[in-house]
Amino acid sequence: MSAESKKRIIKEIKVDLDKCIGCRACEVACSAFHANPKYSSINPARSRIRVVIDELNDCYVPIRAGDYTPSECNGRHSYTIDGKQYRQCSFCGVSCPSRDLFKEPDSGLPLKCDMCEDDPPIDVPMCVQVCPHDALTYEEKEEEGEEEEKREELEIGLEALAKKHGVQKVRDALARMSKKPD
Amino acid sequence: MRYAETGYILEIDLSRGSIERVETDPALTELYLGGQGTAAKIQWDRVPPEVEPFSPDNLLIFSAGILIGTPVPGANRTAVDTFSPQTNLYSHSLFGGFFGAELKHAGYDKILIRGKASDLVYLWIHNDKVEIRDATHLSGKGALETGECIKAELKQSEAQVAAIGLAGENRVYMSTIEHANSSASRGVGVIMGDKRLKAIAVRGTKDINVARPAELFELCNPMYQAIYDNPYCGDVFLHEDDEEWHVNNFAWGNARERQKGWWSKEREEKWKAISDSVRLRWTGCYNCPKDCHQAIRYPGRPTYFQKCYSKLTYAMAAYKELDFNYDILGVTQEHGLDGYSTPQVLAFGVELYEAGILSDKDLPNFPTDSGERFFYLVEKIVRREGVGDALANGVYHAARQIGNGAEKFDHNSTKKFEQLPLKLKMVNYPYFLMYATGEKMTITQTEGSYPQVPIADKKEREEFVKNWDAAPERFKKWYLEWEPRTHPSVEASVNIADWNETMHYIDDAIGTCAFLSSFRGQFGGRPPYHLYNLPDFISHATGLDMDPDRIWKIGRRNRNLIRALNIRRGMRRADEKPPEDHWQIRDPEMETRLLDEYYKFKGWNNDGIPTRETLDELGLDYVSKDFIERGLLTDGGNAPAKETSV
Repeated sequence: MSAESKKRIIKEIKVDLDKCIGCRACEVACSAFHANPKYSSINPARSRIRVVIDELNDCYVPIRAGDYTPSECNGRHSYTIDGKQYRQCSFCGVSCPSRDLFKEPDSGLPLKCDMCEDDPPIDVPMCVQVCPHDALTYEEKEEEGEEEEKREELEIGLEALAKKHGVQKVRDALARMSKKPD
Repeated sequence: MRYAETGYILEIDLSRGSIERVETDPALTELYLGGQGTAAKIQWDRVPPEVEPFSPDNLLIFSAGILIGTPVPGANRTAVDTFSPQTNLYSHSLFGGFFGAELKHAGYDKILIRGKASDLVYLWIHNDKVEIRDATHLSGKGALETGECIKAELKQSEAQVAAIGLAGENRVYMSTIEHANSSASRGVGVIMGDKRLKAIAVRGTKDINVARPAELFELCNPMYQAIYDNPYCGDVFLHEDDEEWHVNNFAWGNARERQKGWWSKEREEKWKAISDSVRLRWTGCYNCPKDCHQAIRYPGRPTYFQKCYSKLTYAMAAYKELDFNYDILGVTQEHGLDGYSTPQVLAFGVELYEAGILSDKDLPNFPTDSGERFFYLVEKIVRREGVGDALANGVYHAARQIGNGAEKFDHNSTKKFEQLPLKLKMVNYPYFLMYATGEKMTITQTEGSYPQVPIADKKEREEFVKNWDAAPERFKKWYLEWEPRTHPSVEASVNIADWNETMHYIDDAIGTCAFLSSFRGQFGGRPPYHLYNLPDFISHATGLDMDPDRIWKIGRRNRNLIRALNIRRGMRRADEKPPEDHWQIRDPEMETRLLDEYYKFKGWNNDGIPTRETLDELGLDYVSKDFIERGLLTDGGNAPAKETSV
């Protein structure tokens, strides 16, 4: 791994909850963009962004499917509520559906927001493009810094399991699994 | 593979408890497109005219328009169609929100309800799994409250629910079906209540496919910004705090009088402060960038959604201020009462009391304050208590049930249905035709493409016409020639009425919101969707080969089929009258001529019955055959001389 200092682009979708009208156009656009072939089907249940709506409590919270983090709001998204910016979970009063929402309805496999990093790349993620109210806005920042060490998928997955069940349980399960005959 | 539509209807028989998934014929999509159009065909085939609205054989059909669930922004209107006990005629309503898209994703274009449950039930649709579930524990619950209860007990926070309140349960004729930020008005909730169906909850996670995805998205993606930026679409009036236009032009009380000069700058500031203090946010419907609904939290009331002109209807009917309107909506929305007709029924009740027709015996402890009287009457009506039992049947029937001169106070209904409270000076030719012949029962579902008044300045008029992409050529000429305070010619009037209503028939088949198209051309002439760009959206979504002529013909076909439903139930020329004192100065001779010419233009005979030639040309030969068998048309296509009336 190189520890050289180099420039990298930080992409971010900012969410202003005060501006969300709850139309869910972001879900429509996201699900269609990620369909294969592109745009061939529409299904908000496959979207990597979901607007969690609790109408009677005036909660409208667009949440994106992040990496394998235990909570989707955890430091990966920035939210504006009543003009103030938040980067932490537990601000919104909505019972957080967390990753339960972000599963392929057919396979149950997890979905993950890829900022529409497509080939060829598009300038602005689709969900932001269809949000003229600017509840979703896109920002790119250039940052000097060390390239983040890219972690193996297996390691990230294991870490999530460890967080959920405790390291000992995961260790025990692995031990049991490795003992099983083929 | 079917595109844009799922190709399936969910058929529920509540008497037998049966649930069927029925494949539909793609040929019907080509003829009627979907939504209201394909629903009308089912009503024609399966609800003969002898079927009373409260019969188990009456159908209640929820239809997601054909473009719902496709990427077309603003296609989210679900049609609800049935036959009404108030009019004994075709009854049609629409609601927005999220229900239609969820239904499509569950795999159905329509839900068809027949029969009656023995006790209160709700329907739970989760993709292929469909259940009729007990709802007796939800009896009396508010409409949105019911939705919350059902989502909680199913543990399905993403389900979409359409429900009735106490009004629907007690078969109040003004009852609505409420869903999220939207209401299906014009009395369809009464049939849902009669069928003992408290709610429908739906959750769908299936794909919807479109025929030419890349082309469709290329058309749709720029529409979000275009619709957002377009100042002439969405609910333009609701976003304004200056209510002068509504307050001056609409009538107060029981559609009685205009109060000119009542509006002032101080009042505007006061009212704006009230709205700002109770509004939680503006909200939109599925996949539409316009925010036409106010989420309201009024002290002491549950959160509810206010839309359209219901912001003022209760206040003006009770001669009250805006805070009263927000307050009473907090009650009526949960009961599931229509914000257009209910205020008139309440004001009618107050008038009868003041005229001595209703006494303290009829209305024990009747308050003196007009606002408190409204609250009092609402509770009587939704429970059908005492005189509330008659008032719950709407102004027309209540007037006749109460009698004793009450009939004279029914002055603002057409075909037994309450109309917008308007009092105007001189009969307006196109509006006369639309009021008289419109079968969607309210002018807002009939008017909307041609401007209501001409721009005074000729140069500005020319400028307006230059970019009037929505208008067929002939209207540009008529509009250019139209000087203020003059009538359009008979020929122009007939065409205007026809274009206006045809656009609604197109919208209501495909599910696009009238605020983006059929209702919105009349102010500013720049609706995002119109006759000339809709065909491409429909073609790319459905794979059907569509152009302006074809889509116009589908609009005409659906319009004639729906008229045929009413003709078969006995509606005739004698019923086609505007509210009696809508205009102060009438012109009976001209009105007769207008109706004659309109019928001729429409291809209807002098009694308003579509002729055999008209029906056959539209592929409705099964209708003409039926009409001839019933003696409504002779073989030559003319009606017998007999004049009947509903």
